[in-house]
Amino acid sequence: MAETPTLVLAGAEEAPLRSLAAYREAGGYLQLERARAMTPQAVTQELIDSNLRGRGGAFFPTGRKASFIPSPDKVARPIYVAVNADESEPGTFKDREIMLRVPHRLIEGCLIAAHAVQSKRVYIYIRGEYLAEYESVQAALDEAREAGILGDVEIVIHRGAGAYICGEETALLESLEGKRGQPRSKPPFPAISGVYSSPTLINNVETITTMPKVLELGGEEYAKLGAPPDSTGTRIFCLSGNVARPGAYELPHGVTVRHLIEEIGGGVPGGRTLKAVMMGGSSFPVMTPEDLDTPLDATSLGRKGYFIGSGVVTVIDDRACMVQFALRAGQFYMHESCGKCTPCRVGTRWLVQLLRAIERGEASERDLELVLDVCDRMIGKCLCVLGDSDAMIVASCVTKFRDEFRAHVEHGGCPFGHDSQLDGLYAPVDQHAHAPAAEAEALV
Amino acid sequence: MSAPDVRSLYDEIQAVRTRYPEGTRSAVLPALRLAQERYGWLSREAIEEVAEALELTPAYCYSVASFYDMFHLEPVGRHTIEVCTNVCCALVNAQAVLSAFVRELGIQPGETTPDGEVTLRAVECLGGCSTPTIVAVDHRYRQSVAPEDVPAIVEELRNG
Ligand SMILES: Cc1cc2nc3c(=O)[nH]c(=O)nc-3n(C[C@H](O)[C@H](O)[C@H](O)COP(=O)(O)O)c2cc1C
Ligand code: SF4
Repeated sequence: MAETPTLVLAGAEEAPLRSLAAYREAGGYLQLERARAMTPQAVTQELIDSNLRGRGGAFFPTGRKASFIPSPDKVARPIYVAVNADESEPGTFKDREIMLRVPHRLIEGCLIAAHAVQSKRVYIYIRGEYLAEYESVQAALDEAREAGILGDVEIVIHRGAGAYICGEETALLESLEGKRGQPRSKPPFPAISGVYSSPTLINNVETITTMPKVLELGGEEYAKLGAPPDSTGTRIFCLSGNVARPGAYELPHGVTVRHLIEEIGGGVPGGRTLKAVMMGGSSFPVMTPEDLDTPLDATSLGRKGYFIGSGVVTVIDDRACMVQFALRAGQFYMHESCGKCTPCRVGTRWLVQLLRAIERGEASERDLELVLDVCDRMIGKCLCVLGDSDAMIVASCVTKFRDEFRAHVEHGGCPFGHDSQLDGLYAPVDQHAHAPAAEAEALV
Repeated sequence: MSAPDVRSLYDEIQAVRTRYPEGTRSAVLPALRLAQERYGWLSREAIEEVAEALELTPAYCYSVASFYDMFHLEPVGRHTIEVCTNVCCALVNAQAVLSAFVRELGIQPGETTPDGEVTLRAVECLGGCSTPTIVAVDHRYRQSVAPEDVPAIVEELRNG
């Protein structure tokens, strides 16, 4: 197989491609020109042909989503594009790399998407903590506006204020409308009724930034890259954790987890061995070592019960206590649950209480069953998938590391003691005295 | 630091409102951010000022502010130190880094030093997982922070 070129981060391999002049030199904004010479339907067709799928986590076909947006003559309301730059899934840092290294390609993608759905207004919703990233995109936007590239399209950057749930598309729209970021029930889907009750195309930063490259190669050519037919093209994998060379690596879909960790990432350092992989993000089941040869594409992963999510591959070495890992993941979801629906609001807290009791050796064998039972009562029963996500990662830890969980019960405490790097870990929920399950403990 | 903004908060908020369609509440988040940048935290008075500028009720603005982690409804220090404690940083050394700040500052996470200078917070994933531990010092990311780096960071803030 021929070497797959870098696409999304092309030209920024060595140094960031920040200025308009440098981006133009690398062929920047030529695809926008081409797109604008095409009909919106033809642009959408290229996206459909490419089989580009959402990089935000749900892997929905991008071209199909764009085709759901009604044409302007069919609706009395304006059409919007919303770019999801909330990037808060634990382990994910790819959109940040895009915004810092190729901000103009993101702007070009926004304008191509706007043309495809005949929208004149784009919002980029960027997580509030991203300051350098916001400045980078704002600078590119100002330059593009000055150069007359925007035409009659307006792009507004909207900064979030610290809430993981605002990455969920309908919560994002609520937040953009100046409300508490709580998900809406679907349907209607954003394509029909999104921001300000208007048709809204919502896509992840990486999805949008891939669009210029889809046009450059042509949809059909793009569809040959990666692991066709489902996982076409490249993906910026976020490699982190106990690995020698962590980083954001843009690779074709279909390389194996082992290749990424061992060849590209240099393996587990310090003579340790790999115990588990947080695969796709913390919202999905953890991977165990026997599955390391699975190709990183949605179909191969799906066959084994895994998800590609936002391209996260976090390596966990053999020191880590998996009860502590499940507890820390659970604390995240408890902290971020928006409280709108009961299975999640109550379930996330209950799981933290149970996992804490298990970790301390204050639980019985029956409590392990209870954890799985609580997870079962959350999966498929929450308003958005935040609650399901918590249940998925926790249940996978209990099921796949049953012996470790049982050892806590039998030992009356953590068998790893201080050897686990997660021992005694403090979490933000501990900071909130009003949170029911929080038992703030002094660190020293 | 840029030159002090001579415009009033009211005027700044009106300027932000023009970015969004008329009749929408989209300016609430940016307006609260502007108020917090000006006053350091969102006191009752600050929220009332925002509400008035947006022609909304203070209760509405408070309900929005209280949803988001970055809005401070209590006074905070002149500087903030935020340590990522989510799994990717934790697998490397986040707990040791956080403990080093606790020792160096003599306060627990969530607290502010008695002189009102520094607030320490443990936070969720900041999206810098390839260079653990990420510490946001006054919202600028420091990468690959190790416990040994902590005294110098604190010293820098105390002198700054
Ligand atoms: C709890 C939760 C958090 C999410 N966070 C993000 C996020 O930070 N960024 C993102 O692009 N998508 C996130 N998503 C997925 C979005 O809901 C949506 O599927 C995505 O933005 C669609 O864009 P795409 O098709 O280009 O992936 C999240 C979903 C859920 C349920
Ligand atoms: S699942 Fe959780 S985050 Fe999602 S709507 Fe329900 S309470 Fe809110």
